[in-house]
Amino acid sequence: MSLNYFELFGLEPIFNIELATLESNFRKIQSESHPDRFVTAPAAEKLSAMQQATLANEAYLSLKNPANRAKYLLELQGITAISETNTAMPTDFLMQQMEWREATEDAVSAKDISTLDSLLAEIRVEAKSLQESLTSLLDVQKDYAAATDATRKLIFIDKVSEDINRAIEQIDI
Amino acid sequence: MALLQISEPGMSAAPHQHKLAVGIDLGTTNSLVATVKSGMATVLQDEHGHALLPSVVRYMPEGEVVVGHDAQAQQSADPVNTIASAKRFMGRSLKDIADRAHIPYNFVDSSDSTKILQIQTRAGLKTPVEISAEILKTLKARAEKSLGGDLIGVVITVPAYFDDAQRQATKDAARLAGLNVLRLLNEPTAAAVAYGLDNAAEGTFVIYDLGGGTFDISILKLTKGVFEVLATNGDSALGGDDFDHRIYCWVLDRIRESTSDFNPLSENDTRLLLTKARQAKEWLTDNHEAQIVCRLSNGLLVDVTLSATQFVEFTQQLVIKTLAPTRKAMRDAQLTLEDIKGVVLVGGATRMPQVRHAVEEYFKQTPLTNLDPDKVVALGAAIQANALIGNRSEDDLLLLDVTPLSLGLETMGGLVERIIPRNSTLPVARAQDFTTYKDGQTAMSIQVVQGERELVADCRSLARFELRGIPPMAAGAARIRVTFQVDADGLLSVSAREQTNGVEAHVVVKPSYGLSEDEITHMLKSSFGSAEADKVARMLAEARVSAGAIINSVTLALAADGHLINEQEKQAIETEIQNLQTVSQAEDAAAINKAVDALNHATEAFAAARMNASVSHALSGKNLDSINL
Repeated sequence: MSLNYFELFGLEPIFNIELATLESNFRKIQSESHPDRFVTAPAAEKLSAMQQATLANEAYLSLKNPANRAKYLLELQGITAISETNTAMPTDFLMQQMEWREATEDAVSAKDISTLDSLLAEIRVEAKSLQESLTSLLDVQKDYAAATDATRKLIFIDKVSEDINRAIEQIDI
Repeated sequence: MALLQISEPGMSAAPHQHKLAVGIDLGTTNSLVATVKSGMATVLQDEHGHALLPSVVRYMPEGEVVVGHDAQAQQSADPVNTIASAKRFMGRSLKDIADRAHIPYNFVDSSDSTKILQIQTRAGLKTPVEISAEILKTLKARAEKSLGGDLIGVVITVPAYFDDAQRQATKDAARLAGLNVLRLLNEPTAAAVAYGLDNAAEGTFVIYDLGGGTFDISILKLTKGVFEVLATNGDSALGGDDFDHRIYCWVLDRIRESTSDFNPLSENDTRLLLTKARQAKEWLTDNHEAQIVCRLSNGLLVDVTLSATQFVEFTQQLVIKTLAPTRKAMRDAQLTLEDIKGVVLVGGATRMPQVRHAVEEYFKQTPLTNLDPDKVVALGAAIQANALIGNRSEDDLLLLDVTPLSLGLETMGGLVERIIPRNSTLPVARAQDFTTYKDGQTAMSIQVVQGERELVADCRSLARFELRGIPPMAAGAARIRVTFQVDADGLLSVSAREQTNGVEAHVVVKPSYGLSEDEITHMLKSSFGSAEADKVARMLAEARVSAGAIINSVTLALAADGHLINEQEKQAIETEIQNLQTVSQAEDAAAINKAVDALNHATEAFAAARMNASVSHALSGKNLDSINL
């Protein structure tokens, strides 16, 4: 019997989870399964500890990050949010992304970290509003088609943030 | 080798027997060993009352090896046979050592630039692993003498920013020293444990650790005995040594100004000036100026005065160099300065006022210095060793550490595909599918790299292995799943499997410039120098010990949780126990080890069932937390 990530942490499978409960249950599981608890145990127990702790880390990461959590909830519904055949995005969203990317490039050539930081802040605001609509789409309306679009936007936004962070790293030496 | 005492199966040993375990801080400049005695972490001293063991190893003419203060005292007199700061060379090849012109050792120039670094001494060629093993042996002897028994295991600390090769080299050194490594622990995490438990600290803390040769920054969240590393960064080639070196260069410039005929320094003079530089640096911590006076071997008298202001000025770049990793860690942890409850300073180099000021200025708060920055890492390691060996009650200390550097592999065009990003919580496993590039391709070369850059050439190559026997298919049709697993020591293993026919390749990453298994076995043999009969007897004794340990543990587990499996599975385990008991009576170590493996294998499903039960028990609220309160 294999548990899904929500079951593993004793959580209801919804988007708007209680992060404090996720965190404290994650720690409870790691307290039982972390390899540090099995340093002097036989090999079979070490192996199962390693597997359980690895799974708990993976599951925690999947539920802690909102984009991953939405993607995982959709997977439980049998929906793949990002696939090779499904890459269409609304034009206005693509335009906005291009603006962010251009602003990033300009700031990088000017080695302007504070502009990059304010871009990140702007993107965080956008991410926050997407998360709010995901709460309603996934938990209340159960409109999975609209939720899939919002999830894909959130994943793209995460990717842009990651790229900006990487760009900051290249110039901040 | 440590022999565990095992009672008859079913009869538990004395319940409160204290098992001996220590923590070792294997430092660039100094090393320490600490243990927990009656609930208190204590650094162990040598017979002269010294806690710090200078990480200096001298190979003597008569074949003897001297480690510590006596070796350090002879550094200038015998520089090529007296090796200091070997930690800087761990897991490195000669091409990695930037400033070797200023290091007075006879490095062996190998035609193969990826080969492990070697130093020519009068005792022959020595690798940094062997030199470090001498330091560990000295600390082991100190601990066993002080504690009056054999050590069951040790926790050895490593810089958080150490890569896989450097970690592996440290583990190899411990093996050569005859130590059982319970865990490699990151130095800043060890410091956080010592600080956090001592001060009952809760919240988000930064550990700023500037040691003799390495710099680490770690950000941890401390909650009820759980130490969760949020992000780590650093520079594994930046430390107090570099400040000495800047003073040394400054003195050289002064000499050049004062005399026209100035020849390159001899090895003895280089070492002498480096020692004087270190003393001047330490003096300037509490004084406005330092006088550097010495006579070189050509009779030239050096007499210069260095002011604290000058020192701060020409080492400013080094201090600034610690701030970029600091900002990266803060960004990775997604924190702002207001989130930081305290900044703990670790490592002797944080005694320098300019370092303290820089940290204070960046974090806008006074750093915490109430623990001895030289000892805090060893104390934390001792606490962790004590917990791992089971002397501490189970559920009040948990360390969740991370990978310092991203791990990935080479794809077409020399680009890196990241598989495990940095700052992933350990243990971690990730798989990714790859495919073939050409029609009919039957083999694939997999290069494993570590680092943050986009190009393979800019990252550190950890290993290269080949997956052969892929069935010939059209380009892009094969599915090769590559799995990376990083264990709790931060060590990586990689496996690759072709999905359609199951061809498999697995490597525990052994860096190309590390020691091979054969080399380690050879070194172990020559160091023990014992007769063949002794070796056989030792192997038999060790096999019997592990047989006893597993029988004891499985028997206890069956008594407690036997209901989790069916009669048939139970029967299978009991059969293997009986078989192992029978085999243990005989004199064949290999047969005993085989029977241990068989018993381990037979209990895998049982172990998994127990794990599931304990996890769901923990979440059902009936865990020990609530009972203990």
